[in-house]
Amino acid sequence: MSGFGGFVLRRGVGAVITLFAISVIIYVVFYATPGNVAQITCGPRCSPEQVHQVAQQLRLDDPLYLRYWHFLEGILVGRDYSTGTAVQHCSAPCLGLSYQSDQQVTELILAKLPVSLSLVLGAMVLWLVLGVGTGMLSAWRRGRLSERVLTGITLAGTATPVFVIGLVLMIVVCGELHLLPFPQYVAFTDDPEQWAWNLLLPWLSLALIEAATFARLTRASMLETLAEDHIRTFRAYGVGERSVIGRHALRGALAPVIALNANNFGSAVGGAVLTETLFGLPGIGQELVHAVAVVDLPVVVGMVLVIGFFVVIANAVADLLYAVADRRVVLA
Amino acid sequence: MSDSPVTAPLVQVTDLTVEFGGLRAVDGLSFELAVGGALGLVGESGSGKSTVASALLGLHRDTGARLGGSVLVAGTDVGRASDEELRRLRGAKAAMVFQDPLSSLDPYYAIGDQIAEVYRVHTRASRRAARARAVEVLDRVGIPDAVRRSRSRPHEFSGGMRQRALIAMALACEPDLLIADEPTTALDVTVQAQILDLLHTLRQETGMGLLLVTHDVGVAAESVDEVLVMRHGKAVEHGSVATVLGAPREEYTRDLLSAVPRVDVSRVSPAAPSEEVVIEAVGLRREFGRGRGRFAAVDDVSLTVRRGETLGVVGESGSGKTTLGRMLVGLLEPTAGEVRYEGGVRSGVGPAVQMVFQDPVSSLNPRRSVGESIADPLRARGERDERHIRHRVGELLARVGLDAEHYDRYPHEFSGGQRQRVGIARALAADPRVIVCDEPVSALDVTTQAQVVALLGELQRELGLALVFVAHDLAVVRQVSDRVAVMRGGRIVEYGPADEVYGAPQDPYTRQLLAAVPALDPVVAARRRSARKELTAA
Amino acid sequence: MSEALVATQAPGTDTPVPGASGARSFWRRLRAQRAALVAAVVVALLVLVALFAPLLTALEGQDPTTYHPSLIDSARGGVPVGSFGGMSAHHWLGVEPQTGRDLFARLVYGARVSLGVALAATVVQVVIGITIGVASALGSRWVDQFLSRVTDIIVAMPLMIMSLALLAIVPSSFPRPVLVTLVIGLIAWGNIAKIVRAQTLTLKGLDYVSAARLSGWGTWRIARRELLPGLAAPVITYAALLVPINISVEAALSFLGVGVKPPTPSWGQMLTAADVWYQAAPQYLLFPAGALFVTVLALTVLGDGVRTALDPRAASRLRVGAGRRRGAGTGSGKGADA
Repeated sequence: MSGFGGFVLRRGVGAVITLFAISVIIYVVFYATPGNVAQITCGPRCSPEQVHQVAQQLRLDDPLYLRYWHFLEGILVGRDYSTGTAVQHCSAPCLGLSYQSDQQVTELILAKLPVSLSLVLGAMVLWLVLGVGTGMLSAWRRGRLSERVLTGITLAGTATPVFVIGLVLMIVVCGELHLLPFPQYVAFTDDPEQWAWNLLLPWLSLALIEAATFARLTRASMLETLAEDHIRTFRAYGVGERSVIGRHALRGALAPVIALNANNFGSAVGGAVLTETLFGLPGIGQELVHAVAVVDLPVVVGMVLVIGFFVVIANAVADLLYAVADRRVVLA
Repeated sequence: MSDSPVTAPLVQVTDLTVEFGGLRAVDGLSFELAVGGALGLVGESGSGKSTVASALLGLHRDTGARLGGSVLVAGTDVGRASDEELRRLRGAKAAMVFQDPLSSLDPYYAIGDQIAEVYRVHTRASRRAARARAVEVLDRVGIPDAVRRSRSRPHEFSGGMRQRALIAMALACEPDLLIADEPTTALDVTVQAQILDLLHTLRQETGMGLLLVTHDVGVAAESVDEVLVMRHGKAVEHGSVATVLGAPREEYTRDLLSAVPRVDVSRVSPAAPSEEVVIEAVGLRREFGRGRGRFAAVDDVSLTVRRGETLGVVGESGSGKTTLGRMLVGLLEPTAGEVRYEGGVRSGVGPAVQMVFQDPVSSLNPRRSVGESIADPLRARGERDERHIRHRVGELLARVGLDAEHYDRYPHEFSGGQRQRVGIARALAADPRVIVCDEPVSALDVTTQAQVVALLGELQRELGLALVFVAHDLAVVRQVSDRVAVMRGGRIVEYGPADEVYGAPQDPYTRQLLAAVPALDPVVAARRRSARKELTAA
Repeated sequence: MSEALVATQAPGTDTPVPGASGARSFWRRLRAQRAALVAAVVVALLVLVALFAPLLTALEGQDPTTYHPSLIDSARGGVPVGSFGGMSAHHWLGVEPQTGRDLFARLVYGARVSLGVALAATVVQVVIGITIGVASALGSRWVDQFLSRVTDIIVAMPLMIMSLALLAIVPSSFPRPVLVTLVIGLIAWGNIAKIVRAQTLTLKGLDYVSAARLSGWGTWRIARRELLPGLAAPVITYAALLVPINISVEAALSFLGVGVKPPTPSWGQMLTAADVWYQAAPQYLLFPAGALFVTVLALTVLGDGVRTALDPRAASRLRVGAGRRRGAGTGSGKGADA
């Protein structure tokens, strides 16, 4: 198992380096912008003195690398901000203060995080179950009519943009058929049942698209695995078809699917932003869109960083799961 | 089946035909195998021999092939059997050993678990009993430390061990018949010998019947009592090993046998080669890898090749012979030592030393016509006159036995042997003095092999070329070489005139290699087998 | 050292290998798939619509930016006057709520933006991807390590989020569609770089590349003549699937209000307020959404068809109703013995 431990270590280090590099890139890209940050924040009607004041307040006079260093320092140990009159301590991990509201970005994110997590994780369960299930069903029933129908549906699913499905669902289910009320977010801690009901439509719109992609991948993977030599071997030894598929084909077929889940996580996060905006869910995505509209840079940077963090973690976890499923990867 | 139990044959195939789509892979084949008997199905590729093997277990059903005639295996009528009857046959009464053990085993589970699973399918054994049985058969096939190794996964085994494990799986339920489909093709010759000896021993111990499918006549001669030669799906000749191999009746069989290179027949040498050294390796060394993983693929190799002669470099996989070949040609830079051409140090590539590659599929660019591929060396040297190029390429094509009109044809329109000829023509286009041939005939059928080897010999005589012939097949190397270098682990262990190296080998490794070569004569085979036993005991 | 013999496989067939490679057979295989053909026709139509947008709108007599306040009932909040959202002989698909802009014109010009941005972004991604991928595969170990690390970071960046944020900070003076193209192109080239690198590494090890070196050709020429053509297949396959993805991304960004901004029309942008207006003017939702759906679907099907045509062996198992045959020579893949 020492090889596996080494593998975990290497992946872990890789993830940390990636995160670090992402933070540098994001920080540089956003804070070294062509536009005058102070100008943008203050607005088009500010006088040059006002702009200068804002620039000072935001400490934009410091060189870039120094600002990045303070930023990093803030994340690791916390830092102090002077807001004109008082000194505010922003404890680790500090992602800055919102330009608009002076609220700590970290607090803002933490407040919105449960909503987004509910959305994404719930949808993930749905799309994995639906997608993998449909894919395996397609592979099983290969060549028959039901399979063709399924393939057609999944193809249509991958072709539809997330927000279109969301729109259609919302209009049809809430507007026309009145099956469900227009979703209003209810926290899980307040009322679990309402939480689930209200999230049902957002879950479906996010999950259906991803499920379609997964269904196609699972089907392809399953078919490819079934054509492999070791399947032939066990059939040649009289092992029943159910064992052959359940014990031998499944693991090989699912390994690449797991790997894809990580890849898809990034696009799913994007879909989550759209879904939150569409359904008015007060999550990170919606907040990000708002922050982008008013160019509240610390919020934007902080959120992008946090999301990037989750994506890197998801990738690393998927890598690990893949290695557990297929030990050969560890040697590579 | 109500046959009398004593005389009912183990396998009875009558008028078997197997069709895929419109193609007949097997056409009207009939044979019988007695209980405990051993039959070798020998043929070149496309002969249908593997199809027959699959058909015996009813595996053709998965591929959509249609079966005609009747196949009776251990009392089961395979053509008409129900799924349940087939399941009971497979593994329990007849078991198959496949060619590539790495892909044939499940990479995710331990070997012991896989064998145990098969065992439990056919018996009502408990998990513990099944695992014990797995360890038992693994030990039986000669895998050391069977208890621990039964928990390893296939990729953690070496190639030979993997094949043994596959044989162990076949043995688990004590079948009456063992079907082996090219079981040793992917193995080194010494390992091949071990596996064949194992099969021989097992047969003696258990009285199992054996159906061995192979393209290698020597392999068949070693292990079976009867031989059936197949061609294009039909049986050509069928009889005892001594008859078919010693006094073949059919012309095809005779042609096939004459094409098989013998390790004990020395080369009919043309005029005595000159003393002029054309290319020389001096203390060549090549390292790969970094840090702790650094190793030397070639270590302190020195040899010379003279004008007009062929130097054979023979070794098993990992011996470094391919790396050596690439250094001679200049494709790889040596870590230490040098290559000298006509006295001067040579580094990098040049027209004087060319190469013929092993794989006919990847040695030619599939997107360019063969004429263009052959013209490459000409164009690279600045030749611009199209007519001259065409003319020269046409000459070369004719010289290697192809049609000069085929300039514009693409590689996929040619057979493997023809593509190797194109590769030779391309090497000749540069007007080389030395050609290094890296396993040039390993991927070819035996009859084609003989033709290409003959071509190389002709070209050498005509053009005074020096050839370096790198291969793992000792018999082929004997056929072509004047002098031979035997490599092992990056070093040369034996070096000298072919007759000396083959006739009176000094190094124990060389002796081991020679003892491992399959013989066409059963008497010789038995002798070699006992020689092998002595060597391993030593 | 492994005992598995590198050299011998079962003797190769001495009969010609069927299945030609080359452009002619590619077209033949593509034409054989009816679904892909239909999709190709649809895509061609869309491209034509996009190209001839000015002509089409001239036929109708409208343009995408003029406001028509007379056609809007501002008393009712901006709902278009007349049935079916203001459809008439002058406005074939009606008008946009609140602004009165002609819907047909906006739809048709929107095709330009959607297709144009997606195609251009794909080109950017392919160019960067090939450059980085080839450099990584052919370069020294350090170059490879460095570029691979960079590629990994790019792959880890979530496209939507980054585009969203980037698009916010660049001032509006910069032409929007170009900006969207650049942003999408610069963030999402990672996967194609990985594919190119992997394929180049494989090609690099092929004997015919070594043979080209022996003939005397230099590295550049070998890269150009031997390697690049070998990259064509996987790059085209992946690019064909990138285009519909890029269309969806552009639409999503415009939907959120950060992509293409008014007055330049974009299908995603037209959907921003569709949930509010659908009751009064259903076509306001249907047409852009339908256009998006049809475009992405056609491109995906076409992309699938292209992939199958380029590599029939791998795809034959994935095709619907390909029968229960094992791929010929699967696994052993040696000789013609089944």
